[in-house]
Amino acid sequence: MRELRIHGRGGQGAVIASKVLAVAIFKEGRWVQSFPAFGVERRGAPVTAFLRVADSPVLLRCEVTTPDDLIVLDPTLLDAIDITAGLKPGGSILINSAAAPEAYAHIGPYRIATVDASAIALKYGLGSRTQPIVNTAIVGAFAVFSGLVSLDKVCAAIEDEVPRHAEENVAAAREAAELVRIAQEAAHV
Amino acid sequence: MQKVIVGNHAVSWGVKLARTEVIPAYPITPQTQIVEELSEMCASGELPARFIKVESEHSAMASAVGASAAGARAFTATSSQGLALMHEMLHWAAAARHPIVMADVNRALGPGWNIWTDQTDSLSQRDTGWLQLYCENNQEVLDTTIIAFRLAEALDLPVMLVLDAFYLSHTSEPVDIPDQALVDSFLPKREAHYKLDINEPHAFNALVKPDDYMEMRWHMHDAQRRALELYPQIESEWLALTGRYYGMIEPYRTDDAETVLITTGTVTSTARYVIDERRSRGEKVGLVKIKMFRPFPVEAMRAALKGIPRIAVIDRNISPGNGGIFAQELRSALYGSDSDAAPQFNGYIVGLGGRNVTPDTINGIIDHVQSGETVDRPDIWVGVKA
Repeated sequence: MRELRIHGRGGQGAVIASKVLAVAIFKEGRWVQSFPAFGVERRGAPVTAFLRVADSPVLLRCEVTTPDDLIVLDPTLLDAIDITAGLKPGGSILINSAAAPEAYAHIGPYRIATVDASAIALKYGLGSRTQPIVNTAIVGAFAVFSGLVSLDKVCAAIEDEVPRHAEENVAAAREAAELVRIAQEAAHV
Repeated sequence: MQKVIVGNHAVSWGVKLARTEVIPAYPITPQTQIVEELSEMCASGELPARFIKVESEHSAMASAVGASAAGARAFTATSSQGLALMHEMLHWAAAARHPIVMADVNRALGPGWNIWTDQTDSLSQRDTGWLQLYCENNQEVLDTTIIAFRLAEALDLPVMLVLDAFYLSHTSEPVDIPDQALVDSFLPKREAHYKLDINEPHAFNALVKPDDYMEMRWHMHDAQRRALELYPQIESEWLALTGRYYGMIEPYRTDDAETVLITTGTVTSTARYVIDERRSRGEKVGLVKIKMFRPFPVEAMRAALKGIPRIAVIDRNISPGNGGIFAQELRSALYGSDSDAAPQFNGYIVGLGGRNVTPDTINGIIDHVQSGETVDRPDIWVGVKA
């Protein structure tokens, strides 16, 4: 079983991102379970969503506390909350950031990648300048970075789950998949 | 058709496939998605039902009673305070013998104000006369919604299907959505045994004096008990059509078990994970899932637990001043059953107000009951801060 945790802020689309990935991975014949951290979400407040992937039905019915992978939709969250809590050694972190992945090497001994999902979202008119909706761009980058699911299936899942501006959202996912920057080696403390 | 959907939408799909005719509804978190989806299905014409926006949950159930009295198949959904507000009408629906189906998404009652899962809302409706069925995953939610209408209409009693807030209601996972033709063959159009009909006028629910009231209650009680025979038959038909069967209770890895957990809802899934892990280490542990709370499957539970030396009931609910509600029910069900030695019987309270119930929580319970520690109180609270 592989477990993913997505950190974002209310309005960025973290919950939809987990659903899109679930649908994409299910299309490849694996079992999935996705859900938000259950709170009273407000725009701008920290939001968490989860995904479990397995080859048989997922029995665990509790929040993910020891993820294999993290997606961070807003890099300012890195200073606001304990993002890497429970992340498995050697786990991966994908950050929405214009900076190179090496800029985040201090986080710890993890595989790190970055992609400027905010800029890509704006280019395709997704959300507003102050509040870009970055979820579809980031899941495109995640497909390439994680190798967990194909980009084509992610795009098909976006068409299913994000019917508004589907074309722009798919284009954002494909562009992010091209622009994602992966740190050459696992970072060291 | 397989789709990745949340538990709330699994209910909506079940209600649609059941060709429900009237849906009076009032929104409340975490149930709202159920009726939101149904309202869209009605607006698009996909589901040719009458969707009635009402001003409160009390009115939602009153409208469902009216629709059912006119012979329609009626559904509503609620949670927590909404269910509590319906309480008077719940008694009415059952005693007037209306086969209404309702989904209750378990949510803690306030205060403290809380939207997370906790079974005390549905369990405190125990004596209203409704049947209650608790679900473990989204597939079971969809299947149980359809099965509930068959059961309700066969008995002329309302059925509440119950699912955990968020751990099911807002969790997406693959669900097989059966074809309409399959559901139609399983659940034909409702033929009301008695209904309001302008061509054959009747009056219902007039004053009933002491010389008849008691018989009415006897018939209601008798119909509840008939569910114990009927429910497995209906599920067997569903099994033949879909390959899926749940049972009023489900013993899991209890052969030769020395310690058995009693679980309901999603705690069952996480407990299966723990049982599998401990079995792989050679421990003799199992669980019995309770799906049906009303009527309580006394004989089935006695049979499933015969000869088991250690029983740990996990309750995500509390009857203040006594203890866990499933533990109380089970203790009285087992009293006087024919085993020579009474089992060690511990009741554990977990996860109130949505607190996470993890494998560690369940492992801690198994370790505690296996230590043989005797407890002189009916309830052991797990993880309560000092």
